[in-house]
This record gives sequence, structure tokens and C-alpha cells, in this order.
Amino acid sequence: MVLSRPSRSLWGDAWSRLIRNKAAVVGMVIIVLFAVVAVFAPLLAPHNPLQINSGKEFLPPAWVKESSTGKSGEAQFLLGTDTIGRDLLSRLIYGARVSMIVGLTPVLIILLIGTVIGLMSGYATARVDNLLMRFTDVIYAFPDLLFYIIMMITLRDTALGRMMNGLFLLFVALAIVSWVGVARLVRGQVLSLKNKEFIEAARCIGSSDTRIMSRHILPNCLSPLVVWMAFAIPRMIIAEAVLGYLGIGLRPATDPHAFFITSWGVSLLEGQTAINAQPWLLLAPALCVALVVMAFTFLGDGLRDALDPRMRGTM
Amino acid sequence: MGKFIVRRLLWMIPVLFTITLVTFLFMHAAPGGPWDRDPGRRQVVPATQEMLNRKYGLDKPIWRQYIAYIIGDFDADGKFVCGAVCGNLGPSYRQRGRTVQDILFSVPEGQPIWDSRMGYSARLGILSLTLAIIVGIPAGIISALRQNTWIDYLSAVIANIGVSVPNFVMGIFLIIIFAVMLHVVKVVPKSWSSPTVWIIPALVLGFGTMAFTARLTRSSMLEVMRQDYVRTARAKGLAERAVIMRHMLRNALIPVVTVLGPALAGLLVGSFIIETMFSFPGIGREFVQSITNRDYSMIMGTTLIYGVLIAVANLAVDISYGFLDPRIKVE
Repeated sequence: MVLSRPSRSLWGDAWSRLIRNKAAVVGMVIIVLFAVVAVFAPLLAPHNPLQINSGKEFLPPAWVKESSTGKSGEAQFLLGTDTIGRDLLSRLIYGARVSMIVGLTPVLIILLIGTVIGLMSGYATARVDNLLMRFTDVIYAFPDLLFYIIMMITLRDTALGRMMNGLFLLFVALAIVSWVGVARLVRGQVLSLKNKEFIEAARCIGSSDTRIMSRHILPNCLSPLVVWMAFAIPRMIIAEAVLGYLGIGLRPATDPHAFFITSWGVSLLEGQTAINAQPWLLLAPALCVALVVMAFTFLGDGLRDALDPRMRGTM
Repeated sequence: MGKFIVRRLLWMIPVLFTITLVTFLFMHAAPGGPWDRDPGRRQVVPATQEMLNRKYGLDKPIWRQYIAYIIGDFDADGKFVCGAVCGNLGPSYRQRGRTVQDILFSVPEGQPIWDSRMGYSARLGILSLTLAIIVGIPAGIISALRQNTWIDYLSAVIANIGVSVPNFVMGIFLIIIFAVMLHVVKVVPKSWSSPTVWIIPALVLGFGTMAFTARLTRSSMLEVMRQDYVRTARAKGLAERAVIMRHMLRNALIPVVTVLGPALAGLLVGSFIIETMFSFPGIGREFVQSITNRDYSMIMGTTLIYGVLIAVANLAVDISYGFLDPRIKVE
């Protein structure tokens, strides 16, 4: 008699554990929602985010009858308008686009650089490895937010700083510091796997180094990398919001055809000026940042538990 | 142990060297210089600028300027002027006639030492760390002891929010709730001499650390509770109180204590947004103002201070491991 049951892969297993985690599912739903909003921003935004509605400045959200400014909300401006009469909801919808891109792009660059360097370091001779690791030590000790700030302010007015409304420079700044974490993670993984039997077996049958790296070692790095990614994306989004709040992030566009018009960080800065009279201008973008960051953290927690059940319940 | 500390201290040198070099190069790549005035005001005439450049050594090649900044150089009269290693961070680009260290560390006449900008920041950092400890650790202990009760869930929800929501966003929420809606406090207090106005900024700054501490304490307690020695302690009839205090807490707090060092560094560095938000007279706000003013020497000076703080905090952690848990061998 043969006992048979459908085979389950590691990822299938992890997925079934993940969708049993309520917080992670809520996180995923929120992320998908914001991603859809980011992609279809022009279709979803009720107004042009740059359109200045004169005479309709400082409108409170639509459900507020009488605000401290003496104006009452209008149904067509669901979340109210800002200091020069632009629709807040539309600006937030376009801001989601920047946050999603800022979350994803540097993380992908970092994954690429970090993985390559980590693999090399783990596989190289002790001397090269030592050199690379000392180098990452130095970068690791660098206060990252300060580095972003210095890089953004000094290079902001150069040609590089003007590309993509300043987003390109932001990507570079975020990527330069953060690849170190990935490199260390991959290196650690390589070192622990290097002398395992299955790698030895692969070497015995004559696999090349490249094949061992890409077919045997890399797949074993994937799950920690996925978890790392889920925690790195919110860090990038927060960094963008902080830089925007300090006025050195994205340059708000004036051209309606620009792809990246405004960001939540920029909205926070604009909202800060009117905190007493129009708190919703600050509250709405702050809620957006909090929601997305929390969603990613929940997903990250869930992914960690799902991919490595031994880690469940620890930090 | 002594050897380890010396080695780690020496290791700080290349780290700080890189931080200063990178910052220095960026600063020089940036447009503008110390003698620029605001556009619209009368500019310094070129001849005077040249003289000032000579006086401060800005006419020298960039590598020499860097050495002058870090170690020192001979000025025009042949007198040696010491650099950053002596605590001389150079003249501010925007606040005329004042040096960076003067702005950050000097105390107004007749005031106690902790009334300098650095003193204000240090006090805020320590206060928020204290808040984080006295709330976070008991919260973690209670939720571990009452695992899976409503109090555990409540603390888990608050801790999850605190860990994931960045502190400046939390600050915005708390300001809007307490200052704008409830009018309990002022957004920007008139004076920082009364202790009550410190509570909200310290709470905002420390909230993330508090949540993190609570989570860490809880998971560490849960792990310790299942250990054999705890069962042994109970089996020999020790009072529950003694089991918790002497056997569980002592072991459970090791990971917590070790994260407090970087937490304090994080609080000091992370404070600049909070300080700006509350118009708090610390180095964080000075840093942010120097960003908007493009006061490059001030940016460099504050970055250097932050870098040293982080490096020292990291070192303190590595050392504390060895003291707290003899099983961990410091190498």
C-alpha cells in the first residue's frame, strides 16, 4: 500500500500559514488597496491635484458643518482643501504613488547590490571577505537618516537632484546606506550553508561555483530576504515622509503631466503650517503614512512567522 | 575585556573618519560658502571674502582643509589652530561670529550647565528613555504573566502600533489630540522651565522605544518562564514574588538592557523632528534649522556629534553583553 498525499512546497506551506494570520491578511489587503490607488491615481482622483480652486481654500472635510475657519465642508471635496484650495483627497491619492515607488524601487536596487556583494563575500577568500565586511561595518555605523539629509541638501540643486522631481536622488541616497544589511544577511547564509552536505554533493558531481550559488545557495536565502523586504519597505516610506516633512524630499510638481506630483511627506509639511486651524491637513497624510507602515509591519511579522515557524513569538 | 574595549575604541576611528570625510566632501560640493549672505542683503565684497578665506584657511587645497578641520593647521600668523579633535568645529556659516561648538554647548550667563542646547537634548533623551523603561518593562512583565488575557491583548495592540508607527507621525496625532482638540497643552510652550511641558515631547519621542521595550520584555519573559530553573525554584517552594523577581526578571531583562544603549542613541538622533515640531531648543532643531539655512559647518558639526553618540552607544551595548551574561564571550 502506498500512502499518498498531495505534495506541498515550502512556499505553498508558508502561504497557508500566512493567510491564517489575521493581522498579516489585513496588512496585505491595505497594501493591495494602496497599490491599486497608486497605479490608477488619475482615474480615482476626483480633482486634478494641482487645480487651485479660488475662494474654496481651507474647506474642512465634507462631513464637518462649521469649522474653526467658519467654512463648512462641500461634498465634492471629500477631505477638504488645503491652504490654496487644492483638493486634499486627490493630493493624497497621488501621494500614494510616490510612497509606493519610494518603498519599492530602492528596496529592489538594494536587494540586487546586497545579494551580489553578500554572495561574493561569503564565497570569496578570507581576505576579500574580511575587507568587504570591514567596509560594511563602517557603513553600518553611519547614521542613515543623517546621511540621507546631507546627500539630499547638498546635491538637490544639481542635475542629478532634479531628475524625476528629486526622486532619483532619493532612491540613490536610500540605496547607498541600506544594501549593507542585505549583504550581511546573505553572507551569513552563505557561510552557514557552504559546508553543508548538499553543497558538497553538488560540488562532487562537478557543479560550477556559479551554479552552486544560483541554484543551491540563493534559494535558501530567499525567505530571510522576503522578510527583510517587508520590513525595509516601510523604513523607506518613513524616510521619504521625514525628508518631505523637512522640505528636502520630492519637489512638488507644477506640471500636471508629471508622473510624481506630490507625496505624503510634502503634504505633511504643507499641513504643518496650519495645525491649529486646519488639523485635518496634517492628520490625513499622517494617517496614510501610519496605515501603510503598519500594514507592512503586520505583513512582515506574518511572513516571518510563516516562513520560519521556529521564530514564532520571538521578536 | 580591556583588550576588547581598546580594539572597539580604535575601530571607532575609521568609522568617524568616514563619516566626517563623506560629510566634508558633500559640504564642499554644495553651492554657497560661509561668507554668503541672504540674497537681498548686502553681500560681502570679493576682497574681504578673499581676506576671510585666507584667515580661515579656505584658500588652501581641499585635502589640507580637511586635515585642518579634523586635526588642525597653522593659521596665517604661524599659530597652530586645533581642529575637531580638540572640539573646535569651526565657524558657523550663518550665525556670524559664533562657532559651531559655541552655539551647541555654551550656556547663557548665569544658567546651569544643562541649559545648553546639547543639555536640553540630552535631558529630553534621558527623560523619554526613563518613560520608556518605567512603562515598557512593567507592561511587558504583566502581559507575560497574564498571557492571553485582555490586558495582554491591549498591551500587544498598543505595542504593535507603537513599534510600527514612526514617532513623528505619533507626535502629529498626539499634538492634534492634546493641543488642538483638548487644549490640554500648548503646541509650542512659552517656556521650557516648567516640568509639565516636557511630558508630551518626551512621551512622543519615547513611545516607539516604550513599545519596543514592552514587546521585548514580554517575549523574553515568556521564554524564561518555561525554563527548568524556574520550575525548580517553584518546586522548592519559593514565593511567587521571589520566583519572578529573582529568577525570571534577572534573566529576562538581559536582552532588554542591551537594547537600551542603541535606544538612547536613537532617541538622541531621532529627536530632531520632535524638537522641530515642539520648537524645542536642542541640537536637533539647530540641525534642522541649519538644513534650511544651508549652514554647512553646523550640519557637519551636528552630524559628527550624532556619529560619535551612536558609535559610543553601540560600544556600550557590546560591553554590557559581557557584564550581564557571563555565557556570552566578548571577542
